[in-house]
Amino acid sequence: MRRDRPEVLRTPVGIVGITLLGVLAVLAVLAPLLWGERATATDTYDILAGPSAQHWAGTDNLGRDIFFRTLVATRLSLVLTLMATTLGVGLGLLLGMAPLLLPRRLGRPVVAFVNLLLGFPSLLMVLFLAVILGVSTTSAVLAIGIAIAPPFARLAHTLGAGVADLDYVAAARISGVHPLRVVVRHVLPNVAEPLVVNATVTASSVLLAFGGLSFLGIGVQPPQYDWGRLMQDGLSSIYTNPLAALVPGIAFVLTGLAFNLTGEAAAGTFGAKARSRARWRPTRTRRVAVRPSRPDEQEDARADVVLDVRDLVVSFPGPCGSISPVRGVSITLRSGEAVGVVGESGSGKSMTALAIAQLIEEPGRVTAERLDFCRTDLRSGSRAATDALLGTSLAVVFQDPMTSLNPVMRIGGQLAEGARRHQGLTRQDAAARAVDRLRAVHLRDPERRARQYPHELSGGMRQRAMIGMGLMGTPRLIVADEPTTALDMTVQRQVLDLLEETRHDHGTALLMISHDVSVVSSICDRVLVMYAGRIVEDLPSADLHTKARHPYTRALIGAVPDMATDLHAPLDTISGHPVDPRHLPVGCAYAARCPLVSERCRQEEPTLEADAIGEVACWHADEPARAETLEAVR
Amino acid sequence: MLVEESARGTRGHWGRFAARRARRLLVSLWILVTASFLMIQLVPGDPVRAALGTSAPADLVASRRSQLGLDEPLLNQYLGYLQNLLTGDLGESILTQLPVAETIGQRLLATLSLALPAFVLTFAIAVPVGVVMAVATRRGRRRRTELTFVGTSIVLGSIPEFVVCVALVAVFAVNLGIFPAAGRDGIESYVLPVLALSVGPAAVMARIVRVEMLAVLDADYIRTARAKRLSSLRVNLRHALPNALTATLTLSGIMLATMVAGTVLVEAVFAWPGLGGTIVSSIQSRDYPLVQSAVLTYGAIALTVNTLADVAIAAIDPRSTIGDS
Repeated sequence: MRRDRPEVLRTPVGIVGITLLGVLAVLAVLAPLLWGERATATDTYDILAGPSAQHWAGTDNLGRDIFFRTLVATRLSLVLTLMATTLGVGLGLLLGMAPLLLPRRLGRPVVAFVNLLLGFPSLLMVLFLAVILGVSTTSAVLAIGIAIAPPFARLAHTLGAGVADLDYVAAARISGVHPLRVVVRHVLPNVAEPLVVNATVTASSVLLAFGGLSFLGIGVQPPQYDWGRLMQDGLSSIYTNPLAALVPGIAFVLTGLAFNLTGEAAAGTFGAKARSRARWRPTRTRRVAVRPSRPDEQEDARADVVLDVRDLVVSFPGPCGSISPVRGVSITLRSGEAVGVVGESGSGKSMTALAIAQLIEEPGRVTAERLDFCRTDLRSGSRAATDALLGTSLAVVFQDPMTSLNPVMRIGGQLAEGARRHQGLTRQDAAARAVDRLRAVHLRDPERRARQYPHELSGGMRQRAMIGMGLMGTPRLIVADEPTTALDMTVQRQVLDLLEETRHDHGTALLMISHDVSVVSSICDRVLVMYAGRIVEDLPSADLHTKARHPYTRALIGAVPDMATDLHAPLDTISGHPVDPRHLPVGCAYAARCPLVSERCRQEEPTLEADAIGEVACWHADEPARAETLEAVR
Repeated sequence: MLVEESARGTRGHWGRFAARRARRLLVSLWILVTASFLMIQLVPGDPVRAALGTSAPADLVASRRSQLGLDEPLLNQYLGYLQNLLTGDLGESILTQLPVAETIGQRLLATLSLALPAFVLTFAIAVPVGVVMAVATRRGRRRRTELTFVGTSIVLGSIPEFVVCVALVAVFAVNLGIFPAAGRDGIESYVLPVLALSVGPAAVMARIVRVEMLAVLDADYIRTARAKRLSSLRVNLRHALPNALTATLTLSGIMLATMVAGTVLVEAVFAWPGLGGTIVSSIQSRDYPLVQSAVLTYGAIALTVNTLADVAIAAIDPRSTIGDS
């Protein structure tokens, strides 16, 4: 996409809008010069005539040509629109920026005043002002200009206040820069774009307001005429010549469209950005030979398997072919087993969780060689078949309990609805079970909690309610996607204990996604380390600190401070950035950040190899971490 | 903070919300009343002379002036105005000498009989269309449908009411002769004005509903609802729609108020015997007591509607009772 073109011109809609505006501008300049005389020439022999070859839209009560009058009226209509808009936008800016310029004591009343004015429709304000100012063109300009100022002031204030809170603006203010200079140099340039867009849309409503006033006979006064006036004149003869009113009406519509389309295109309504470019295009997905499923598994062992995923791939359409945040992940979970998935953000761990929970939405695609939950193949795609199973046997706990519960529904109702659908409970039974489950997750006074809304509960309580929601059925698997990240330390512990308790009481398997190695290692039996959409290491939690072999795993552990960490040394961080899933390297994805990197790593992607400890995908898995190379990287 | 709030319970929020909202309504009403009082004072020159014309005898003007109380000190006039308002006395028309309250009462009914059906129709069109479009076009699906919808809505929203009126009259009254072109006579005379009032707002509102709905459909709690494997109907209507409607309702207050004001233009086209026609003709004839009361009535309707919209939002979304605006 060429960057030198302004946003407005990148969509056909914007081009149409700008072109229309251009045509109107040319008409406004030229029409009175070219056709001014034809528009005022009276023809007393041809009064109130219908359309003819001579007069395309007929004539008015003095025999003047309506088509040419409409063209000539473009200038007055547009000039008045621009005048009123300029006045209104200027006033609005003044009112909107005043609170930022004035001391707080004076600024607040201005904001309150603008808010009060917003309660009144602008047409009412126009009429009010028209009464005071009298009926004339000038007073109509003033009235409309003043009437459109409050909404514009509100917008300018909201945008301006947002920018004024930014650090660098606050810094400028504190360092004693004059408020006016702060507004002119720092605030206005940052809010100019939305304001210009809004001014364009405002111009369209000013055009209509002016037309409306003239149409009512309290705007432009004869012998001047604008489109509103022409429509008013045409209305009286609508039975003999509808075109007399419709032609100026069409002028209104076209001009309104010109302003609106330009404004909307500039505001990005039509999605000029990459979104429209995103489409499915077959890309070469490099399939690595994923380790074969262990052959030693026996049938009776398989009965115990809750989740069996082989070669899971999640992809999304992107601007240049599809992007795959998850590239061939295999996970097996048995009853009562807790497995943690760790990795940095962008490693694909949350996508893996969502894909397993069947919550990836279009246009995302999930494919897998095997995707069995409780021995049911989830790949069939038929929702009806799997809904009941997933609804009762799979519980999902999300990261942010603040946003994961519906703010407008009571807690009890949110717990009960799933049970009513999948377990066929009556309203009362479901409500009773919801209270019972809230008690099971140790919420005090569960009856009251069930009647409350999410905003009345603390974050920890909401996360418990989320877990309680999962316990409405008899979950075989809990997928918890960063369940404690948004909570503080003590609450974090309580939620982890609750998950642990659930696992013990019901034999539920737990798939725990986290970026926090310490959280995962504290409650999981096994840890899967993900990097760039693949599992790079799979090992028992107990061995995490001692036997991790993948350099990425070691780096993750190294980044977590413990009691032995030297308080005077800077904390270890993993240098470099996670790979961009759009630009995956040929060889090992971690190569660019790896202290052990060799030529082979850059050429060939390592496969996940099983051994005595677990599995690891690294060409240098057997080499000990070389302290000096680690040092060199930092 | 959250724990504190939950301890205080919901009732406290409602009490404070009602007090805050009532205070705002009262301040707004006071400003409206004062502004409408000052309107006559601000008219340049002598309003009675302006209304009666230059040829009116001086003693008639003087008697009307004293009748209107314009000779008294400003404060006395103001207090008298407030007192009269409270007793429902809006004064007499300068021109016809009919009681203003009576005229306004009759005309207001005619205006509301247009505005309310138009408001209902707007919602009846906008909400289902907006929701269906949001669900159908979310996440970049059906790009063509989306563009058609947005384009149509912008075009319809760009057409001013009075142009819609004229177009409707030209097609349905003049060409087809199905509906009457003007007047208030029987149910069919309502069709065109109500339609004219609701087309534009419905188009704009449908787009707002769609945008709000799209934002809500991407919210975390919708993912939670899907994780419960509820039916799409329940996810969209029970979980998403009420959340999408809160923002829509905020706008609907302003929209209904604008619609009541928009009747001014529609009434002019359809020769509807409503408040809009009254206000325009009284501005032109400088019948200030009538203008004053009409402005007051319009303003009071707008304020009431905005307050009702806030209460409706609070009923749907209990969070909105918290906050300081």
